[in-house]
Amino acid sequence: MLDVMQINSFYGKAHVLRDLSLSVTTGQVVALLGRNGAGKTTTLKSIMQLVVPRSGQVRFNGTDITGWPAHRVARAGLGYVPEDRRIFGDLSVLENLEVGRQPPRQGTATWSQDALFDLFPNLAERRRNRGRDLSGGEQQMLSIARTLMGNPSCLLLDEPSEGIAPVIIEDMARAIVQLRDQGLTVLLSEQNLHFARAVSSHAVILDRGTTRYSGSFADLDADPEFRDAWLSV
Amino acid sequence: MNAVLSVRNLTKSFGGNRAVDDVSFDLARGELLALIGPNGAGKSTCFNMMTGHLKPDGGTVSLNGSPITGLKPRRIWRLGVGRTFQITATYASMTVVENVQMALISHHRRVFALRPYAHRLYRDEALGFLDLVGMAAQADRHCAVLAYGDLKRLELAIALCHAPGLLLMDEPTAGMAPGERTALMQLIADIVAQRQLSVLFTEHDMDTVFAHAHRVMVLNRGRLIANGTVAEIRADRQVQDVYLGGGTLFSALEPPSDA
Amino acid sequence: MGLFIAQLLTGLANAGALFMVASGLSLIFGVTRIVNFAHGSFYMLGAYVGYTLMQVLPGAFGFWGAILLTGIIVGLVGVIVEIVVLRPVYRAPELFQLVATFGVILVIQDLALMIWGPQDLLGPRAPGLKGVVRILGEPVPKYDLALIGITPFVALALWWLIARTRVGILVRAATQDREMVGALGVNQSWLFTGVFFLGCALAGLGGAVQLPKGGADLLMDFNILASIFVVVVIGGMGSLPGAYLAAVLVSVLNVFGVTYLPQSTLVLMFVVMALVLMIRPYGLLGREEVAGDPGQSGEPERPIKPAGARVRLIVAAGIALLALVPLIAPPFATVLVTDILIFCLFAASLHFLLGLGGLVSFGHAAFFGGGAYTAALLVAHADSPMELALLLAPLGAGLLALIIGWICLRLTGVYFAMLTLAFAQLLWSLVYQWGDVTGGDDGLVDIWPPDWASSSTVFFYLALVLCVGGILALRHAAHAPFGYALRAARDSKRQAEATGIDTRAVQWGAFALAGAMAGLAGGLFVFAKGSVFPNELEITRSFDALIVVFLGGVKTLSGGVVGGAVFESVKDVLTRFEYWRLALGLTIIAVVILAPEGIVGSLRRLGERLGLLRAPEDGS
Repeated sequence: MLDVMQINSFYGKAHVLRDLSLSVTTGQVVALLGRNGAGKTTTLKSIMQLVVPRSGQVRFNGTDITGWPAHRVARAGLGYVPEDRRIFGDLSVLENLEVGRQPPRQGTATWSQDALFDLFPNLAERRRNRGRDLSGGEQQMLSIARTLMGNPSCLLLDEPSEGIAPVIIEDMARAIVQLRDQGLTVLLSEQNLHFARAVSSHAVILDRGTTRYSGSFADLDADPEFRDAWLSV
Repeated sequence: MNAVLSVRNLTKSFGGNRAVDDVSFDLARGELLALIGPNGAGKSTCFNMMTGHLKPDGGTVSLNGSPITGLKPRRIWRLGVGRTFQITATYASMTVVENVQMALISHHRRVFALRPYAHRLYRDEALGFLDLVGMAAQADRHCAVLAYGDLKRLELAIALCHAPGLLLMDEPTAGMAPGERTALMQLIADIVAQRQLSVLFTEHDMDTVFAHAHRVMVLNRGRLIANGTVAEIRADRQVQDVYLGGGTLFSALEPPSDA
Repeated sequence: MGLFIAQLLTGLANAGALFMVASGLSLIFGVTRIVNFAHGSFYMLGAYVGYTLMQVLPGAFGFWGAILLTGIIVGLVGVIVEIVVLRPVYRAPELFQLVATFGVILVIQDLALMIWGPQDLLGPRAPGLKGVVRILGEPVPKYDLALIGITPFVALALWWLIARTRVGILVRAATQDREMVGALGVNQSWLFTGVFFLGCALAGLGGAVQLPKGGADLLMDFNILASIFVVVVIGGMGSLPGAYLAAVLVSVLNVFGVTYLPQSTLVLMFVVMALVLMIRPYGLLGREEVAGDPGQSGEPERPIKPAGARVRLIVAAGIALLALVPLIAPPFATVLVTDILIFCLFAASLHFLLGLGGLVSFGHAAFFGGGAYTAALLVAHADSPMELALLLAPLGAGLLALIIGWICLRLTGVYFAMLTLAFAQLLWSLVYQWGDVTGGDDGLVDIWPPDWASSSTVFFYLALVLCVGGILALRHAAHAPFGYALRAARDSKRQAEATGIDTRAVQWGAFALAGAMAGLAGGLFVFAKGSVFPNELEITRSFDALIVVFLGGVKTLSGGVVGGAVFESVKDVLTRFEYWRLALGLTIIAVVILAPEGIVGSLRRLGERLGLLRAPEDGS
């Protein structure tokens, strides 16, 4: 479904991604792992074309989307949830959802506000609150819900567990599993290995902007030394 | 211990969130001290309170025994603290050597001078600093066309202009190629040894930290959870946990079935 | 008591149009980050279009229908402007777009002149609302009462649109985070166009709705511009309730000012603005935000070097050639070149601030006019000789700049720009209304050079020496440590502050120096013309300099001087034609779109491409 081929991305002059490749097949939940600074966020932004790769290609459902404006990428069915959530603080929960709303798309689930409140019950109680008055966890849920309003076929989640209380992390994990069971394809970046393992079957490990590992969690767990070399201290 | 930098009970909150919570440590002369921790642990907040970019809610920072808490960045610099930035900050419209000359003009307190022409002032002295960081050959290039690694070296040269006793470096190797990282850290280590400088740096590249730091501190959720030698840190269970996921176990979840 | 209430009502009525226009400006800025200088022009267009429609459509229904239709028509004109003029330059440095909107002002002025002629049009009375109502014995026009009733509904409708509809939600979201709105699948281009439509429609509505009170004339674009800037800034950029509050405040203040302080009505508005901004830098209901771009985005400026021997020789030859002008050219050319020299010094002084310092001032006329009035007042009231007046003109303007700069430099970006504009306007209104001292609208006349310098030839040489001297002094300062520190503060405030440079002090010094040089130009101007009028302090003066610096090239050391020379010369040629504004406006728009690096920057690039100049490395 999603193929990233040999991309090189820069932040200003900093060469962040170096010939990075990865692919996600339909229905998979893939965790993008790596220490901070490894290039996880840039990878997701590069897929979304918020950072346009200087070379290489990003293909979505076989179409080369490199260099497209972000709104076109979103309309093609890629949903992006940024690391810092980027909730519209002045807007209410309902209004935040409205910004994300896009017409139904063939072949993917069509989300309604009610369905999203079922997925994230905490949000339902706070639907009239302004974005900036929500807790970190609620903002994270809202950010995901807002993106789901665009009925994406593939979701890019940047560090969904970061800065969230442990209890909420479990809710978050449950929601992602639920999305997976409904057939949504997910690529999520994570630092929390336990969280990543709980929700995803496959892992891609990044280090210094390059893919070091790509495969199942089972294989990764079988080689703890290899795992720790890239993820642990 | 006669500490170059002493931090005591440093605390800072944003909203209700304690970004830095009761942090205390010392930095000795000639020491290369790394501050590490996962994203959002409070490294940058901690760092910015030492450079004067943020005012702490509580606690003190002292330089050679005198308090510098809450001083403006340029005051702290005058007291002998050099710094480099996570995202490089240089004067893009000037040449490489002019960047260093600008710092020297400030060092010699001639910022408001109207003569002579700035490009003639302290040029040799500036070239000396560029030589020290291996940038002399590029002295007359336009700063805007430098490679990222070279910008980092230039920043280091600028930071050394005021003969600082302490260097604060925020992710000195961020955004650099692996080869460049080692070279830059080696350069820093050499300069530290040569000039008996003290360095505090934040870093997320573990190889860099373990290869060069004399001592490592680990920050998690605003608190210092470990402070010791490289070997001690690597053996610390709590640190391992923090880096691998904070111990949450997700007992309520079934393992994924689509594997 | 009756009078008090009547005045309050008049103020409230006046607030209606002001609010509509200001809220449009605020909306456009909030989403697109463009300060639409042409917003006053859309207001003027609204008045003219409304006038014509009211002639055609009969009765009360026709009157109100004409107002609504005017909003739609002006909105559509706004859409055309957005698509044709602004879309091509969205990627240019933000403030460059200002220059484009300035071109639009000129174009609309001449189009209005072409279509509706030069005479002021008296607005028709609203059918059924022609008389007055007596309230506690005081007459209050019925139309005023209608406006007081209508404005809240317009505000409410606008509020409903912004608060309750999808478009409004998107607008508010985009005001906070444009990129994220795009990442959620919203096409920003159409959102921008839509907001432009709405903003311009509001300006048009405002223009049409005030017809029965004010009519339509060709000066109303600039006349309202200052007021709506003040309203938007006092209210807080991007805040609609703030705009309403500020519109009421300003209008009521104005009406009471006319009665109780007739000498200071205009001053009052700007004093209030300055006070509000000093206490609440982001307006009454505005929120602190990241400042706009200081005109430095895009690729960084290249390093500067003092001119080499060859360039010095060329410049010396050029100055020698200039010195020959009175000997070989006809007298009118000598006078023209004197004007150009003075304008070049004025432009160079703004360029020093804007180009090297990244400080975009919308009110540089304050110092040109400040210098001019310093000199003129000294001559008029103290019989001071020209020599002393020319010495004190830059000192007076420099002192003024020290005071104004101290206040303005607390803000950055667009707020800094607005505050400088406010101070320039404050000064203008002071001069305009303090007639006993300044002569008010009649200006100060009969201020001629002494006998020894009275011939245009001698005065030309005086101007040549002082202007070239001033320009060279600015260039020298640019190469001095002080100029480098100014660039350092612009390039990276973080690094400059972290290496001991007090950036605000450096910028303050630069502000004063630029002010002093503008003052010198102003002083020379007075003796060149023999008189001075308040329009030397007007917004158009400030804008002229701003346009010139951008057109010449912000990122080139000689941009100000070259732009000034070209602009004054072109203007001199064009003003011989009837529709010179149209031609100038189109020229400005063309330069903005075709040569976004300005004249000098684009010529340099051309020279490099042709191999005449050495290209910098890495093709930057």
